[in-house]
Amino acid sequence: MTEILRRCSRSSAQKNLPRTYPVAGIRKETTHVHTFTFNVSLGAKPGQFVMVWLPGVDEVPMSVANDDGKKLQITFFAVGDTTKKLATLKKGDLVGLRGPFGTHYEWKPKQHLALVAGGYGAAPMFFAASEAAKDGCTLTAIVGARAKEHLLYLDAFKRLPRTTLSVATDDGSQGHKGYNVELLAELLKSKKKPDQVFACGPERMLVKVSDLCFQHAVPCQLSLERYMKCGYGLCGNCVVDPLGIRLCTDGPVVKNDLARSITEFGKYHRDHLGKKHSL
Amino acid sequence: MNLSQTVRGVTFFNPTVLASGIWGITASSWRRVAANGAGGITTKSLWLAEHKGHPNPTIISTEHWTLNAVGVPDAGIEKAREEIGDFNKKKLVPLIANIIANTVDNYGKTAVEIVKLKPDFLEVNISCPNVEDEFGKPFACSVRDASAVTKAVKAVSGKIPVFIKLSPNVDDIGSIASACAEAGADGFTVINTVGPGMAIDLRSRRPILANKVGGMSGPAIKPIAVRCIADVYRSTNGKLPIIGTGGVMTGEDAIEFLLAGASLIGIGTAIAYRGAEVFRLVCEEMTAWCETEGVKKISELTGGMHRERASR
Ligand SMILES: Cc1cc2nc3c(=O)[nH]c(=O)nc-3n(C[C@H](O)[C@H](O)[C@H](O)COP(=O)(O)OP(=O)(O)OC[C@H]3O[C@@H](n4cnc5c(N)ncnc54)[C@H](O)[C@@H]3O)c2cc1C
Ligand SMILES: Cc1cc2nc3c(=O)[nH]c(=O)nc-3n(C[C@H](O)[C@H](O)[C@H](O)COP(=O)(O)O)c2cc1C
Ligand code: FES
Repeated sequence: MTEILRRCSRSSAQKNLPRTYPVAGIRKETTHVHTFTFNVSLGAKPGQFVMVWLPGVDEVPMSVANDDGKKLQITFFAVGDTTKKLATLKKGDLVGLRGPFGTHYEWKPKQHLALVAGGYGAAPMFFAASEAAKDGCTLTAIVGARAKEHLLYLDAFKRLPRTTLSVATDDGSQGHKGYNVELLAELLKSKKKPDQVFACGPERMLVKVSDLCFQHAVPCQLSLERYMKCGYGLCGNCVVDPLGIRLCTDGPVVKNDLARSITEFGKYHRDHLGKKHSL
Repeated sequence: MNLSQTVRGVTFFNPTVLASGIWGITASSWRRVAANGAGGITTKSLWLAEHKGHPNPTIISTEHWTLNAVGVPDAGIEKAREEIGDFNKKKLVPLIANIIANTVDNYGKTAVEIVKLKPDFLEVNISCPNVEDEFGKPFACSVRDASAVTKAVKAVSGKIPVFIKLSPNVDDIGSIASACAEAGADGFTVINTVGPGMAIDLRSRRPILANKVGGMSGPAIKPIAVRCIADVYRSTNGKLPIIGTGGVMTGEDAIEFLLAGASLIGIGTAIAYRGAEVFRLVCEEMTAWCETEGVKKISELTGGMHRERASR
């Protein structure tokens, strides 16, 4: 029994209990996007998420945008009640964090990685890129947004070594006019075919990345989002059909073969009641 | 070693059963849990109409306990039809449909609809501590209410055995159980979550759960569950089967539940502590214990404590 208790405390420790931290830094990225810095490390790896608690409002999942062993960052879009209220916080205001949860992106030293980022996906993609750069990886970052003013993390990507940055905007206000996946398609056809593709962004984008990588037989890892409550495998709210796996523990980062065996991928997701909504 | 148990005519190839409300919203989840070795599965509590839960944070844990105030969210009967219908197409293990309602009448109405989906058992959740703000004290806290719900469900359940899920948060769980037994209950699930409890974030000085309080589960509640199982077994003279639930982490915990009077073992929160494979692990540990102790069939263990003169 003591052995089991030891195992319990290692696996659950205080990681499943939120603790509040003052917001130590705020960076306004675009009109709707902010990056918060907290003076704490949760030991998160790129692709993992934390539950972000705004006391009195709600607690929502956010990908870790950076965790360097001293501070942790999140980058978020103000889309609804919680995130809009988060966006009004000032330095010193308290936000609860617990985690990190889930799987993370995996690479081997010196690999060539293509990172496809849509929307706030640029933040976790940058975290992955900066860690992979330390392992000597060569990087092609493909960042997309609706328009120039919504592009995220471009300067950060530019500062990384061995990194090529390509940009796509729907309206052509910067870079390629069209979708970032079109740039990925070109890269996969070229001589500079990457060893792996990482992607984080809207599900429609992920479906295209998945298809392209499948066609070109390039391994890829995708971050899938579902409605999260506990974050550690109890509530079952983040389960996907037909596998019944929980994306808070077996995801959010999944390899392409797993993503392609999730029949609801690109089709529907479930809300907080377990009710299906088509994409 | 044969771990199978036949309860009210239904055979479970091992006595572990997924507890209600954990990893239990969809047919694909139930199959996944069965694939991880569970002998049976219980659905999350099903409502007739859509019911909203509480905002997050809804579930928090330390190494000793878990608090939850999910608030029993559910999409209603249509979803139950779809998911149970799907599960029945390729049924791996027995299915226990757990139902909940806000009035005695609505328990009956919900049971009518769920019975049509042919679950192996009906489990009636009259003991959720997380909807008190909405509906007042759980039905499981009064002899009269518990008995009325049991009658309402039994009136429409036909051949499907009805298990009443009891609350540990009462003065005398034995008297509630006897009242339900008199009203026709076919068995009991003992226990639902304990408390409720509260946890406070120190810096913000606020309760962490959005609902402020939540039901407690996990390893810390096991001794309470053991005592409740023993009380219910004694008060019903060991005649009605019990699904013992609350804090089971290991095979030895499960054996202890059997000795207290359980026939089946509900496992929920342990998934957070030992992973999805907890069902298989508990079964292996039960087998190992039985082999060491020379126990041939686990059915002989049920109620074992009550047969020892000294503990009567
Ligand atoms: C693994 C994961 C990582 C994420 N990373 C980021 C990130 O780095 N930056 C970012 O801006 N957003 C991220 N999100 C999305 C973020 O959780 C939602 O934008 C946020 O929950 C919206 O909450 P709201 O109250 O502001 O909006 P609401 O109006 O309540 O909801 C807007 C949308 O967010 C979804 N949502 C609400 N609550 C949850 C929940 N508990 N779990 C999942 N989805 C929810 C709803 O389904 C709805 O579609 C991530 C989601 C997941 C699952
Ligand atoms: C997250 C969570 C959700 C639950 N939801 C329900 C529910 O919907 N209906 C119900 O009857 N019990 C529910 N319960 C109670 C469990 O079924 C079980 O009785 C209790 O957790 C004790 O067992 P455990 O310690 O093995 O988890 C829930 C428990 C947890 C932790
Ligand atoms: S969020 Fe609760 S099981 Fe995944």
